[in-house]
Amino acid sequence: MALDKNQIAQRIAQELEHNTYVNLGIGIPTLVANYIPKGIDIEFQSENGVLGMGPFPFEGEEDPDLINAGKQTITTLDGAVLFDSATSFAMIRGQHVQLTVLGAMEVSENGDIANWKIPGKMVKGMGGAMDLVASAENIIVAMMHTNKRGESKLLKRCSLPLTGVGCVTKVVTNLAVFEIKNNQFYLLERAPGVSVEEIKNATEGTLVVEGEIPEMNL
Amino acid sequence: MINKVVSNIEQALKGVESNMTFMVGGFGLSGIPENAIAALSKMDVFGLTCISNNAGVDDFGLGLLLQRKQIKKMVSSYVGENAEFERQMLSGELEVDLIPQGSLAERCRAGGAGIPAFFTPAGYGTEVAEGKEVREYNGKPHILESALTADFAFVKAWKGDTAGNLIFKGTARNFNPLMAMAGKITVAEVEELVLAGELDPNQIHTPGIFVQRIFQGEKYEKRIEQKTTRKRD
Repeated sequence: MALDKNQIAQRIAQELEHNTYVNLGIGIPTLVANYIPKGIDIEFQSENGVLGMGPFPFEGEEDPDLINAGKQTITTLDGAVLFDSATSFAMIRGQHVQLTVLGAMEVSENGDIANWKIPGKMVKGMGGAMDLVASAENIIVAMMHTNKRGESKLLKRCSLPLTGVGCVTKVVTNLAVFEIKNNQFYLLERAPGVSVEEIKNATEGTLVVEGEIPEMNL
Repeated sequence: MINKVVSNIEQALKGVESNMTFMVGGFGLSGIPENAIAALSKMDVFGLTCISNNAGVDDFGLGLLLQRKQIKKMVSSYVGENAEFERQMLSGELEVDLIPQGSLAERCRAGGAGIPAFFTPAGYGTEVAEGKEVREYNGKPHILESALTADFAFVKAWKGDTAGNLIFKGTARNFNPLMAMAGKITVAEVEELVLAGELDPNQIHTPGIFVQRIFQGEKYEKRIEQKTTRKRD
C-alpha cells in the first residue's frame, strides 16, 4: 500500500545522521521531526532564525515571537540559539547545515526541482528554497508521486519554473525511494505492497531498476 | 549619547512621501512594526515600494496598505497568505519582485554595510538569474545580486534605549537588524523603551548608530498566523 504523509516522513527520518544540522521545509518535511531514530542527535534549523527548534508548544503556551519558517508556533530546546535572517542564510549558503528536506511540485531526472510557481495560477514565492537547494550538499525531496490529476511528478524535465538545477540527491514519495545520479532515478526501495511495475507506470523520468528492490522497513 | 527618541508616531513618520521605498521588518506577522504600518495605512501616501519578506495577511500588517492600494511594488520572498495580494498581482495592478529569502536578507545587509553587490549560488538556472551576471567560483556558477537600500526602514524590537540600541526577542528578530542597517532613515519601534545605560551593551543586537528614530509602540497585537500546539501527555 502506498505510504501516507506521516509514513513518508518516517522513511525520510531514517536518512538522518547523528550530530547533524537539518533544515526541514513546510508540509511533509516538518513531520520528519516526529520520527527521529533513537540515539540520533539532530539540531533543526529554521531559516527564519532559530537553531535547536523543539516541538509545538502546549496549548496556551504559544509565543507569537517564536515561530518556524512555516509561521507555526514552536518551542526551543536546550542549546537553542536565535539569530537574524542574514546569519541564518550564512549557515545555509555556507554549507553548515548538512541536510535539507523539502517538498516539490516536480523533480527531474537530472535533479532539478520546481516548487514555487505555477505561471498565471499560483505564485507564492520561493521563500528560502532557492538558497537552500543551491547550497546544501544533501537534498531530499518529500512528495506524493503523482499530482492531483494523477500525472507523474518525477519527470525527464520539469515543466514548471525551476527552484534549483541539478541539486536533488534523493526523492521519497508515497510509492518509493529514489536516488538521483547519472541523470536517472535509481529505484532503491518500494513502499510495502507496491510493485516495481506500479512505480514504473507512475514515473515519467528514466527509471533504473537494478536487481531485487526491497520493501521499505518502517 | 545621541538621543534618538521621537515623542509620537507623527514625528516618527515625518518626511514619508508618496513613491518612496520602504523596508519593513518581520517574518510572517512575527516582528512586524505594527504601529508604523497602522499609521502608514492612515496616511495619504501612495505608489510605495515595499521591501519586506512577506506581505502580511488581508487585514493585518502590510495587508492594510495593500487594501488601500498604497503599494505599487512589493519586493519579497514569500507572499502566500494574502488573497488581496494575489488578486492585485495576477491582475497586474501590483508589481512584484520575488527574491530568494537569503539573497533578500543579504542584499539588505549589503546595502547597510557599503557592499554594492555580491555573488550567490541561489537562483542560478532559474527565472531569478535572468539578466544577471554569472561567474564561476570553486567550479560552481553564481549570480550577481545588488545591494538594497530604502528611504525609510521600519523595524520592530523588543527593547530599545534612548540611544537607539535594540534587543530583539525570539524569531521576531529575522530581517529587522538587516533592514535597520539599510534604511536612510531607520525608524525603530519597541515594546519597551528604556534610558541609555539600562541595557547591557553586551546584549545589544543592533547598535544605535543604525537607528535614526525610536519610539515605544502604543500597543502590540502580535497576531499568530499558524497556531500549532501539542497535547499534554
